[in-house]
Amino acid sequence: MSATTPGELTTPGLGGGLRDLRQSGFLLKLLVRKELKVRYRGSVLGLLWSYVKPGVQFIVFYVALGVFLGLERSPRNPEGLSNYAVYLFSGIVLINFFSEALGNAARSIVNNGNLIKKIYLPRELFPVASVWVSGVHFFPQLVVLVAGCLIAGWHPDVFQLLAAVAGFVIVGLLATGLGLLFGAANVYFRDSENLVDMLLMVATWASPVMYAWTMVQEKLGAAAFAVYQANPVTIGVELFHYAFWFPTTDGSAAVPPNLFSLWTPVGLGVALLVLVLGQLTFRRLEGRFAQEL
Amino acid sequence: MVNAIEVSDISKQFVLRHTRSIKEAVVWLAKGRKGDLSEKFHALKNVSVEVKTGETVALLGLNGSGKSTLLKHISGVMLPDSGTVRTRGRVAGLIEVGAGFHPDLSGRDNVFLNGAILGMTEQQVNDRFDDIVEFSEIGQFIDTEVKFYSSGMYLRLAFSVAVHTDPEVFLIDEILAVGDEPFQRKCISKIQELAQNGKTLVVVSHDLDLVSRICARGILLEHGVVKFDGSIHDAVALLRS
Ligand SMILES: Nc1ncnc2c1ncn2[C@@H]1O[C@H](COP(=O)(O)OP(=O)(O)O)[C@@H](O)[C@H]1O
Ligand SMILES: [Mg+2]
Repeated sequence: MSATTPGELTTPGLGGGLRDLRQSGFLLKLLVRKELKVRYRGSVLGLLWSYVKPGVQFIVFYVALGVFLGLERSPRNPEGLSNYAVYLFSGIVLINFFSEALGNAARSIVNNGNLIKKIYLPRELFPVASVWVSGVHFFPQLVVLVAGCLIAGWHPDVFQLLAAVAGFVIVGLLATGLGLLFGAANVYFRDSENLVDMLLMVATWASPVMYAWTMVQEKLGAAAFAVYQANPVTIGVELFHYAFWFPTTDGSAAVPPNLFSLWTPVGLGVALLVLVLGQLTFRRLEGRFAQEL
Repeated sequence: MVNAIEVSDISKQFVLRHTRSIKEAVVWLAKGRKGDLSEKFHALKNVSVEVKTGETVALLGLNGSGKSTLLKHISGVMLPDSGTVRTRGRVAGLIEVGAGFHPDLSGRDNVFLNGAILGMTEQQVNDRFDDIVEFSEIGQFIDTEVKFYSSGMYLRLAFSVAVHTDPEVFLIDEILAVGDEPFQRKCISKIQELAQNGKTLVVVSHDLDLVSRICARGILLEHGVVKFDGSIHDAVALLRS
């Protein structure tokens, strides 16, 4: 709600979009806290579980994929990736963050329909709060990842740490933009949630999470590879590899060409473009949220 | 006196049948757009209302006449198809008590959350917290999860948060039947106190005796059209006849 002085007449219901969230910081904080409280309610172990689950996931990857499937580099498999578990997990935590953020943001408007159709408030709050909550849930996974990295002999420099921040920001912006878009679309077409699920499945495989980017480059031509590379999630994953996995290796692995000079700005640009488009669509559609919900 | 609310010639149409999936919409397109997916009716038609600061207005009418829809336009929850709505100062809709309450949170957490939803700042909630709890008569149960409250307790706390938001314009939709007899009287005297303090009130209630006591002016809606706008006694008499 806007803090207008009683002196002027204003038109109610016309929000300023994401800009309004600056005045709603308190409410945003409470919405995020509510989600976290409700999620961990009644379970003292709640927070502990959020560390145990990714920890077990990490060990399973290491054993099943690295040892059994032999994807780990070894004398018998010189083509493999060294520290495959770290490679895999650093991509997976980012994809997990993206999936949870986008999935929850896309559902957030419909889920809060009861409130939205009764009280006017900046509706962007709900997708943004969803992304924020996912950011909080990302933290335990990051801790497990860092622990795994340290065991594997991680020694990052400042630039590599900045790369991780950049990857996280790019993916977070993209999830917010898509979350606004699908959150609004979901009000009109409830089955657009299925589109989101499909998109998330594709996102996991359209980025070098399970495999190495070099395999893609071999199969695709230069043009197709450029398209592959323009995906902000791909760039985020590659930045995470560079930050977490690369410093645990002997440094002989190839970093995607122009990752910093070209692709990082491109990823940021695409993510910001999606955010702007998401916000514009959201604002076009939000006037009818209350009656459609 | 200046106007607190200016509703100028607004109309609002709703569709009767909502398409709710992409699949349905595609099937409809594929079949050559047979059948109207968007049959419409007017929920509000050329409604104009001006309310001066400090006025107490009752919105009257049968079920489905558009009272809630009009309040939602004043609060900004809905936007009109045509015409304009303008308001002065902060508008708080007590459209439904407890919208935004979460059953798994404690009463205390819900006071903060609901206060923020209704537009209070952190400072304001902190300052008014004790008053809110005192007015609600919740006492030591404030730290209990709201799902363990009786419906009366729940409503009392929610109403208490709402009246403590201190906006310039209050919109009240059928929530005066809150709680038990004594608490209801307390709510009504609180609302009368707000009116005396110069707050603008727009009240929807089916209790005609009650609105006659609280409001000076009555607006009668019928099928989305303003049928009468005048003193509360004439409006009530018209509705009763
Ligand atoms: N979101 C909506 N979509 C379609 N029809 C609606 C919607 N909201 C209200 N209506 C219809 O509009 C009419 C007026 O509703 P309402 O304003 O709630 O009436 P009242 O509050 O006077 O009982 C009713 O016929 C109701 O069914
Ligand atoms: Mg109603």
